[in-house]
Amino acid sequence: MLAKHLNPNIFNKDVEQQPIRQGFGEGLLIAGRHNENVVALCADLTDSSKISLFKEEFPKRYFEMGIGEQNMASVASGMAAMGKIPFIASYAMFSPGRNWEQIRTTIAYNNVPVKIGGSHAGVSVGPDGGTHQAVEDIALMRVIPRMVVISPCDALEAKKATIAAALTDSPTYIRLAREKTPIITTADSPFEIGKAYVLWSNLNGKLDVKNEIASKKISLIATGALVHKALQAAKELEIENVLCEVINVPTIKPLDEKTILESVTKTELVITIEEHQVVGGLGGAIAELLSEKLPTKIIRIGVQNVFGQSGTPEELIEHYGMGVESIKKAAREI
Amino acid sequence: MISVELQELLTEKAEKVRESIIEMLVAAGSGHTAGPLGMADVFTAFYFYLLKHDPLNSKWEERDRLVLSNGHICPVLYSTLAHAGYFPVSELLTLRKFGSRLQGHPHREFAPFVETSSGPLGSGLSQAVGMALVDRLDARAGKFGAPSEMSGKYVYCFVGDGELDEGQNWEAIMLAAKEKLGNLILIVDRNNIQIDGFTEDIMPLESLSKKFEAFNWKVFEVNGHDFDDIITNVTTAKATFNKPSVIIAHTIPGKGVHEFEFKPYWHGTPPNKEQGEMALKELRSLGGKVKGEHE
Repeated sequence: MLAKHLNPNIFNKDVEQQPIRQGFGEGLLIAGRHNENVVALCADLTDSSKISLFKEEFPKRYFEMGIGEQNMASVASGMAAMGKIPFIASYAMFSPGRNWEQIRTTIAYNNVPVKIGGSHAGVSVGPDGGTHQAVEDIALMRVIPRMVVISPCDALEAKKATIAAALTDSPTYIRLAREKTPIITTADSPFEIGKAYVLWSNLNGKLDVKNEIASKKISLIATGALVHKALQAAKELEIENVLCEVINVPTIKPLDEKTILESVTKTELVITIEEHQVVGGLGGAIAELLSEKLPTKIIRIGVQNVFGQSGTPEELIEHYGMGVESIKKAAREI
Repeated sequence: MISVELQELLTEKAEKVRESIIEMLVAAGSGHTAGPLGMADVFTAFYFYLLKHDPLNSKWEERDRLVLSNGHICPVLYSTLAHAGYFPVSELLTLRKFGSRLQGHPHREFAPFVETSSGPLGSGLSQAVGMALVDRLDARAGKFGAPSEMSGKYVYCFVGDGELDEGQNWEAIMLAAKEKLGNLILIVDRNNIQIDGFTEDIMPLESLSKKFEAFNWKVFEVNGHDFDDIITNVTTAKATFNKPSVIIAHTIPGKGVHEFEFKPYWHGTPPNKEQGEMALKELRSLGGKVKGEHE
């Protein structure tokens, strides 16, 4: 069943929606109020990245870089070397896409607390098309030593993650999405960097269906806005005699191995769900963990070695096989 | 004009810095020769006169920041730091060896006395701009006393000329001008060579001074082997409050060892034992009195 701290309207058609990037903007504003060393930089996308909220309240601590993401990353590194906690923001395709080496060398290798907000991640960017749909960013950041990688499931979690990121000394990537997506969590939902959360479990529930031979138990391990699809699928799979545990993994690095292994020990089947290439992201991370510590049958749902294209977010999520029906299909097949 | 005493002190120090560069490169068996020798006089002028720093307290908050962007010339940085008293000169012979603080390219975690890790070209100036922006932000906020535009410290960034091929530099150059960073001074090692040959053949930079002027920087051109010229112009640059300054330091790659001078070959090649002995002999016979091309 649903974890108690979640939004009770989660399965309603008119569930509240907000863009995940909005939570980043609000969280940054709060972080800025708490700590005057928090500064913000943007590459000509203040409103898109919602860094505009911080800019309005703290104009002196906001720095406009123009359209230069490589410079932005290294300027932030220099600021951090002087004791600041810089947040940089752009579209994920350009930061951390275009400025990967600057992030790797001047931020992570230098070990300075720069926080990178990458907005418009995933195919759900929609009509802008494949050039603007970052589906490689988690992999790019996860491979860098020291880099913490956070992919919040909704605006509220993004807000908590942003506030939490400002309190650490680690270089951190926070992945954000453009479109409004359902609010899954509440103010009471726990969030800690490095922790995964079981949002749904009916593993101990009694089966309604008589044919118990067909039953199976699956860990649905998801990140980002697709956590909502995973929850929807878990609910619908119940009547098909498939029992699920849905785990939200907001921190992809460091991975909460304990929570994941505990769940997989019970289910012995895994489906990962992410709006990202299945290589190098959440699916890759889970496959690496399980193959070393608990070899388990796994299906990775995500973008399968192709680029995005124009369309509505829903069309694209369906087309690339990341919707509720795709998750259910995988659950039947695994 | 700088005093005769200062001139003599710097001349003597620059000779020691050059000798150590040769010795450490021979011991390492790899590394860059031309750039470090060419910049020995500029580094000496900074660490023995211009720079506000404390070798016994490398994290002193009030220190000037010196960002070496072209990390591959770190033998000159390490050598100057050692002779300035940051660490024993004998440690220079560990350059590029396993476990050494003196990594092949500077790494802040191994060597806490360097300001930034560097090596991949083109990102040092951006970091220096970030430092200068914060320095001014803090000065305006009154962190160092009464609110002011200048904290009294300066951020210096050293880049190679070939490095200016990297587009990121020009992003940083535009930002520094937009922000009117009078506390930022860029030193370009204008030695005209890069790995594959002469800069004007690989990717022409001229007219470099006009480029910087067009980007709204204050431009100074100096003989990078003339202490008086270096010190006089950097001092003037420090007094330029409303825009960033660039010192285009005309240097001779490999300066001080005739065999190494002006040859792109020596960009990334270290001297072997015999070449090292020859170089040391020549340096010592000059007694530090190397001649600049403008003399």
